[in-house]
Amino acid sequence: MAITKDEINQANAEVLKIILSAKPTLIGMGTAGEDIPGMTPTTILHSGPPVDWEHMSGPQKGAVIGALMYEGLAKDDKEAEQLAASGKITFDPCHHHCAVGPMAGIVSYHMPVFIVENKEYGNKAYCTFNEGLGKVLRFGAYQPEVIERLKWLQDELYPIVKEALAICGEIDLKAMISEVLQMGDDGHNRNKAGTSLLFRKLAPAIVQTHFTEEQKVKALKFIDSNDHFFLNLTMPAAKCTMDATFCDVNPKTKGSTIVATMARNGYEFGIRIAGLGQKKWFTAPAEIVEGLYFPGFTAEDANPDVGDSCITETCGIGGFCMGAAPAIVQFVGGTPEDALNYSRQMYEITEGEGTTYKIPALNFRGSATGIDIRKVIKTQIRPVINTGVAAKKPGVGQVGAGIVHPPMKCFEDALKDFQATYMS
Amino acid sequence: MENRVNVLFTKKIQIVNFGIKSFYDDNKKQGIPSVHVDWKPVAGGNKELASILDDLL
Repeated sequence: MAITKDEINQANAEVLKIILSAKPTLIGMGTAGEDIPGMTPTTILHSGPPVDWEHMSGPQKGAVIGALMYEGLAKDDKEAEQLAASGKITFDPCHHHCAVGPMAGIVSYHMPVFIVENKEYGNKAYCTFNEGLGKVLRFGAYQPEVIERLKWLQDELYPIVKEALAICGEIDLKAMISEVLQMGDDGHNRNKAGTSLLFRKLAPAIVQTHFTEEQKVKALKFIDSNDHFFLNLTMPAAKCTMDATFCDVNPKTKGSTIVATMARNGYEFGIRIAGLGQKKWFTAPAEIVEGLYFPGFTAEDANPDVGDSCITETCGIGGFCMGAAPAIVQFVGGTPEDALNYSRQMYEITEGEGTTYKIPALNFRGSATGIDIRKVIKTQIRPVINTGVAAKKPGVGQVGAGIVHPPMKCFEDALKDFQATYMS
Repeated sequence: MENRVNVLFTKKIQIVNFGIKSFYDDNKKQGIPSVHVDWKPVAGGNKELASILDDLL
């Protein structure tokens, strides 16, 4: 029997309730191999919807090469490329393993990961350390210093932060994200306040760990020097929030038209819908980001949109909270008024408003939450995402930042599939 | 009979523009008082998608 409009609205209200009642909490650290479900020594997770080696974008290929060298599975880039193309490596989206990764989003067996639990629903999400800016794996760099830094993250920073978290206890990320929105962050491309609050929490615990003064100072300096350190916590916080909305996890959301995932691999943009389950991706070619390029670079140097970080927008922060982060326009372009307008416009396409994530400049209005594919199609307004831009050539790094939208085709195909699933 | 359109153009014109914003921008450049309404047809005018929305929204 065909679903009714009332049943769809009821399912969407349930999804909104699940999003708003989520309790993402940092519970500790582990490693991808030991903690992420389904990992094997030859599994490489990547950002976005499924993609094979042949179709991977430049930054993602570069990051795979780096990860294979980091894991000791290849001795140089040539050997790594041969191995990646050999069929002996299992490539799978982070999203299929309760994980998320910024930009190339590469996660391999020995990488340390934050473990974030949604305390309300019991599901977990995982994300690696943020490596900082410049030549880093997530932008496709694999020079010796990149691999050396990854080894330091694994051998030194990971045990220090793990022990510090055991000392300071679990961290309520929902409360922390709510606070940083009052301090000029959006939780996606501006994370200065979030990194600072996390630093305040971790620093007293880090100094109590058993490591040497030199090791502790190096760890604290690394966290302090990286304004995006907190991004790798807002992302799994949003991930474990949204994963609880899928109808194959919670049957009450069967019939929902709310978007549960948005992600890109630099080749395609993909979305998944709460009421259509975790197995169905709706994809279309990823777009080029419109924004500001660093000196010496132009749109010609840019790779199409890449990364899992737009899980933040899916959850109602990031671009949806740009009005809370006026300074971000100096990074992504536009004016503070544009930032407010982006936040205002998103209310046209969402199911409701946040009760914890709020925007001070909109009289503390809750952020637009729960993207409804019906409203996107009706209004032709696409979700707004602010994002970094990776160079299409592996190893170059970030070349700019700006605004991008999911292709409308993703929503059109999802709507048609929803009709075929529920109306026939 | 007098053409009503011609009468309209003898008066001071105030415009409410729906849809395509460049019409509004041109009027503004000429100093004509205008208000723009950001409007698009449902589903951008795509009949197939509009028909699906009739069932779902």
